[in-house]
Amino acid sequence: MDLVVEAVRHAYAGMQVLDGVSLTVRSGEIVAVLGPSGCGKSTLLRIMGGLERPDAGRVLMSGGVAPGTLNALTYVFQDFALVPWMTVGQNVRLPLEHHPMPEAERRRRVAGALARVNLTDFAGAYPKQLSGGMKQRTSIARALAVDPAVLLMDEPLSALDAQTRDLLMDDLLRLWTETRFTSVYVTHNLAEAVRLGHRVVVLSRRPGRIREVVEIVVPLAERREDTPALLAARDRIWALIREEAVTADRELAPVD
Amino acid sequence: MTDAVRPDLAPVPFRGGGFLPRRIRAGAPLTFALVGAAWWIATARGWVSDYALPPPGEVARALLAMAADGTLARHLGASLQRLLLGWGLGFVAGTAVGFLAGLFSLARSSALPLVSALFPIPKIALLPLFILWLGIGEVSKVATIAFGVFSPTVIATFGGVDGVDRSLIRMAQSFGVPRLTIIRRIVLPGAMPALLSGMRISASIAIILLTAAEMIGAQWGIGAMVLASGNLMQTDQLVAGVLVLSALGFTVAQAIGWAERRLLRWR
Repeated sequence: MDLVVEAVRHAYAGMQVLDGVSLTVRSGEIVAVLGPSGCGKSTLLRIMGGLERPDAGRVLMSGGVAPGTLNALTYVFQDFALVPWMTVGQNVRLPLEHHPMPEAERRRRVAGALARVNLTDFAGAYPKQLSGGMKQRTSIARALAVDPAVLLMDEPLSALDAQTRDLLMDDLLRLWTETRFTSVYVTHNLAEAVRLGHRVVVLSRRPGRIREVVEIVVPLAERREDTPALLAARDRIWALIREEAVTADRELAPVD
Repeated sequence: MTDAVRPDLAPVPFRGGGFLPRRIRAGAPLTFALVGAAWWIATARGWVSDYALPPPGEVARALLAMAADGTLARHLGASLQRLLLGWGLGFVAGTAVGFLAGLFSLARSSALPLVSALFPIPKIALLPLFILWLGIGEVSKVATIAFGVFSPTVIATFGGVDGVDRSLIRMAQSFGVPRLTIIRRIVLPGAMPALLSGMRISASIAIILLTAAEMIGAQWGIGAMVLASGNLMQTDQLVAGVLVLSALGFTVAQAIGWAERRLLRWR
């Protein structure tokens, strides 16, 4: 399934955060959306998944979804959003409960999703017992369990420490190689964007506009931390956004 | 605190610790035993006259006598019935209104100011009015208790529902979880800690109102018994009745504590 964003504009309390963003996410590709903090990239993601209504413009789904897909547009949140009174297994099961299906199928989906993020042994653990990386892997398993058409990831590694981030990045690369999922990956981290994105959409500062779309041709499976083509892409994008990052750093946050 | 060889060395003083209360199982029985012993010594030594405060033995005897001739069961039965009905009604109504106020803007802006205005009224002051409306029988007492339980329950429930993590609700919505399931699986358990602590408060309020209502007009009930004993200067029976009320409140508090430990294990 392709996800088409058409001329989306949005403002919060008179402050324009997105100004005419158009973008197509093609089936099987990971689009990294990169921008400084406050550029509206999380807002864009919420609009893309239907959690927020844009002031103008629209988001369209083109092409049907696979029969097993229970929730076409599925989020992975920065703060994991795990339900603290549910175990890992129950958290992964939660989005399956309201779908009519045999109990065996539900169990198969939970077990399969947990296995893919190596959490099978922790199905009975509560979120507070988990490390940050395990929490995010649980939330990824929850997303995988519904067989999404597009994974909408909102800075999924930002709440983790550097080592865990590297490990989870490897997990994401492996998962993509296994299943070729479609994804929008929002981040402010340049290294993550060029590591995981087939294309990197560079947003400008508020109001968010697309400044450039950088295509990275190196196949995901061949990407390493120090792949020369990635480093080159990194330098190029950094040159694009450096000045804005400096300005953003000197700006007061708007009062809500 | 200086080193013999290096007098310029001083250990870093420890400043942490504390603020970490643990559960000491022997604490409660020991405290009760201590209070009981003080009572016993004070009466046995004659520091307090038996007339003002009878010794524990006499109170126990009075309690056993009432238990033996069935009056205790009858008093307690009447009280428990009023308590359960009144507290139950107030709790159900209060939780319902609290949930509505937590979930819907209209209910929030209409119910909350009303509850804030009702809460400070001493409910026992309304008992004469309830008697005029509902008669001197059970209904007016139950209504007083229910009314007294209602406001704190609304406030506790509303606070709990309002405090539920919105990111969990957005998460559930993003998976297409139906509204009722969100309320049942996310909002209700999320509000549970506040609901239980509201129960603690409302149960105590219910017992206070129960006793007061029974003192104003009842033949049976612990409150009526305590009042009658006072009128007849039977302090042993009076103190026995007070102990029963205290035991009642204590049992309720223990039950809620047990429920908290079971239901909120995830914390």
